[in-house]
Amino acid sequence: MNIGVFVCHCGSNIAGTVDTEQVAAAARRFPDVAFATDTMYACSEPGQAGIIQAIHEYGLDGIVVASCTPRMHEATFRKTLERAGINKYLFEMANIREHVSWIGKDKKANTNKATDLVQMAVAKLRNNSELHAGEFEINKRVMVIGGGVAGIQAALDCADGGLQVILVERESTIGGKMAKLDKTFPTVDCSSCILGPRMVDVAQHPNITLYAMSEVESVNGFVGNFDVSIRKKATYVDWDACTGCGQCMEKCPSKKAEDRFNEGVGTTTAINIPFPQAIPKKAVIDPQACIMLTKGKCGACAKLCPTQAIRFEQRDELVQEQVGAIIAATGYDLFDHTLYGEYGGGRYPDVITSIQYERLLSASGPTGGHIKRPSDGKEPRNIVFIQCVGSRDPSVNRPYCSGFCCMYTAKQAILTKDHIPDSQSYVFYMDIRSPGKLYDEFTRRAMEEYGARYIRGRVSTIQPRNGHYVVKGADTIMGSQVEIDADLVVLAVGAEAAKGAGALAEKLRISYDGYGFFMEGHPKLKPVETNTAGVYLAGSCQGPKDIPASVAQGSAAASKVQALFSKDKLASDPQVSGVAMQRCVGCGKCESTCPFGAIEMTEFRGMPKASVVETVCQGCGVCAVTCPQGAIQLQHFTDNQILAEVNALCPY
Amino acid sequence: MLQYAYYPGCSGLSSSIEYDVSTRALCKSLGVELVDIPDWNCCGSTPAHASDHLLSASLVARNLAIAESMGVAGIITPCPSCLKNLKTTSLRMQRKSFHEKVESIVERPVRADLPIRSVLQTVLEQCEPEAIAKHVSKPLKGLKVVPYYGCIMNRPPDVMTFDDPENPTSLDRLMSALGAEVLPFPHKVDCCGASLGLIRRELVTRLSGRILDTAAALGADAIVTACPMCQMNLDMRQGQINRANGTRHSMPVFYYTQLAGLALGQSESCLCMDKLCVSPSRALSQMGTPAQEERAR
Repeated sequence: MNIGVFVCHCGSNIAGTVDTEQVAAAARRFPDVAFATDTMYACSEPGQAGIIQAIHEYGLDGIVVASCTPRMHEATFRKTLERAGINKYLFEMANIREHVSWIGKDKKANTNKATDLVQMAVAKLRNNSELHAGEFEINKRVMVIGGGVAGIQAALDCADGGLQVILVERESTIGGKMAKLDKTFPTVDCSSCILGPRMVDVAQHPNITLYAMSEVESVNGFVGNFDVSIRKKATYVDWDACTGCGQCMEKCPSKKAEDRFNEGVGTTTAINIPFPQAIPKKAVIDPQACIMLTKGKCGACAKLCPTQAIRFEQRDELVQEQVGAIIAATGYDLFDHTLYGEYGGGRYPDVITSIQYERLLSASGPTGGHIKRPSDGKEPRNIVFIQCVGSRDPSVNRPYCSGFCCMYTAKQAILTKDHIPDSQSYVFYMDIRSPGKLYDEFTRRAMEEYGARYIRGRVSTIQPRNGHYVVKGADTIMGSQVEIDADLVVLAVGAEAAKGAGALAEKLRISYDGYGFFMEGHPKLKPVETNTAGVYLAGSCQGPKDIPASVAQGSAAASKVQALFSKDKLASDPQVSGVAMQRCVGCGKCESTCPFGAIEMTEFRGMPKASVVETVCQGCGVCAVTCPQGAIQLQHFTDNQILAEVNALCPY
Repeated sequence: MLQYAYYPGCSGLSSSIEYDVSTRALCKSLGVELVDIPDWNCCGSTPAHASDHLLSASLVARNLAIAESMGVAGIITPCPSCLKNLKTTSLRMQRKSFHEKVESIVERPVRADLPIRSVLQTVLEQCEPEAIAKHVSKPLKGLKVVPYYGCIMNRPPDVMTFDDPENPTSLDRLMSALGAEVLPFPHKVDCCGASLGLIRRELVTRLSGRILDTAAALGADAIVTACPMCQMNLDMRQGQINRANGTRHSMPVFYYTQLAGLALGQSESCLCMDKLCVSPSRALSQMGTPAQEERAR
């Protein structure tokens, strides 16, 4: 093997604290090294040209570059090798910037360490072999999980681009949290008026298959070839027959079902369509509330239904779908305010959450758009809004800012004044965080034009007294305690990860953070990708987001899918595990430890053997260290290669 | 049966002797065995920890050391103030340098690892309210009470680690189990003015007055407390409070142990009901009778 070594100065980044010339000189004495030099910027155009020239001039067939992290430029140099006609896996990188020059100032020690790292790289390269990527076909269908505004946007963008889309929604209608809102900030336009047409587009789009009342049961396969199992939950109504006429709702005698669409403000019938603009507009029976399903008698809806669509015997059903990419848009849940005992935690009827208040404001809500206190139906005059309930509070494990609460509180204060002109709103806040376009102007309008009184400070306690509430808090600008008599208290609850987010992440094999939000591939540069190829993120499943940000991310995820599907075939990474059949004893330990399910047990001449599904393998190497026989090896990181590095470092 | 080192606290031998007596009686009937810490000393209560943490910890550490030598399952005390000092010291002594200083002052080894609990927590953890209900021979039927925990029975939550710091429910559950009607009380954990009774009396009359006002407005027959300081402020100072605020409250303020004893069939005299300043006789006479009559005062 003829190895060439290039030691990069990286301007003064490396050369400032490493004697690169001396490292190159030392490299010339390593076995198989035919050429070694130092170079100003190895990654630059002339730097790469120098590498190609040296390859041709000295007949090099392996290259070591000692420079920055492989994360930054490994791909760059591999392409350089390809252009010079050498297999790109005959390349090694020694990280003498992050691992050497940036962490120490002692030039002598640094030079020694850099030399050691180069020696290790050379030793490994001598054991490298050519690797070749395979190709595989991709299935150009996409699954979008979650039918909120981000999922709707992603689904429509993909479908408009000609892709077949499967939209899976857990509730009986799409629309998500946005469909529950009365108005949106900062334009105060009607939420369902702008979302409604998009929902209809989803229903009517020929490229979109909508599975409502469905959840992802399992996901197998890999980018381009995912096998998805979807659980269609029993609705007890034949949706093909149901026309959404609503006659069943009028006659249902069980009227105490939890009204999830109205966030528990009021109740609904056991068989119901959540709201008039629901998509799909189909009835669903709540099995906990239905008299027929709980007690075995009634059946009023079945008798009345003009299309005989009621199916009390219906059960959950599993359907299989094949897709090439997945967009997770599962959204968020609202913080459970009952954790704040001092705010009345579900004990006081007139202490409600912001989304419940949103339902009270909505013309299609339980009060027809009239603000009424839940306890006695009276119109409140003094309304206190408390911000940061479940945001920026480490004591309830929500140290992060939910981002949109400042804005929706301002919106609700404005709407309150519109609904009840002689009302007075008070807003307890910590800071106003309104950085979006026209956002700050909006919060100022709430204060200046609509007279909402903003008080900077937290509320210590809410106490009922003679039919109203005394809200006690601090005004940290005035430096005084304040007590406000409130007829209604609205808690601006923050966002938390959707229920079951962690379980879904595990099915999708993507990472999630300590709070359950899905992790993006890179916080700056890969905001909608995940670390699992072919799985993308949109909306609040990745962190709290307002509507514009969710929509933008939905479109971004869709464009990523389009880019992925612009190729007909994808190249597989050859840095995966391989099994030496003659050494494998078929113990199956690798199969059980593989976190990606990439190892299958097969039979070879009547004996059980492990076999790697190369397209699923992520190259983590867990199987290689598990195998008692050393039969399974991670290509490009074999035992021999790693031992050669160790021996180069510790020769005695 | 588990044995506990019992730390009655100074007030248990003086101003709240009825709390101490009824606590012992309650524990006995529920099978919680108490062994007094021999030669215990004052924990320093409010003055010590306000002036010097080391002094406060050393006062407590001597008691801890004696209790440790007793071979018991833990230390229990009825007084939240003593409890807070015991627990805080035990936590502070996890810091090695502090631990060494304290040991050099008390001149004996202190492990500071014995579990420390309030009697209330021990009773509720050892016997579920449903189990306690089985012991009840004379339920508190017809008695409307508001539970008043005071500010330090559950706080700070990191130190006390018992019940919800903002909306505790242990006394509520216990009283319900004994048959009393428990009213939702918004001032459960508000401060009564505590130890500022001598130096800033107007503060006590205002804070304690509000507690009495709300209890009366809710239609309560009595307030139930678990803290000698709260009980003293609300009961003994009720006349002062009435004079300062122009009110005419006559609201008995019981220790929860007294009401529990009553429900478990102990006599009023052995529960020291006569030690209460505001006479409880009218409230106690409500029991067992349907509470339909208007008591508009």
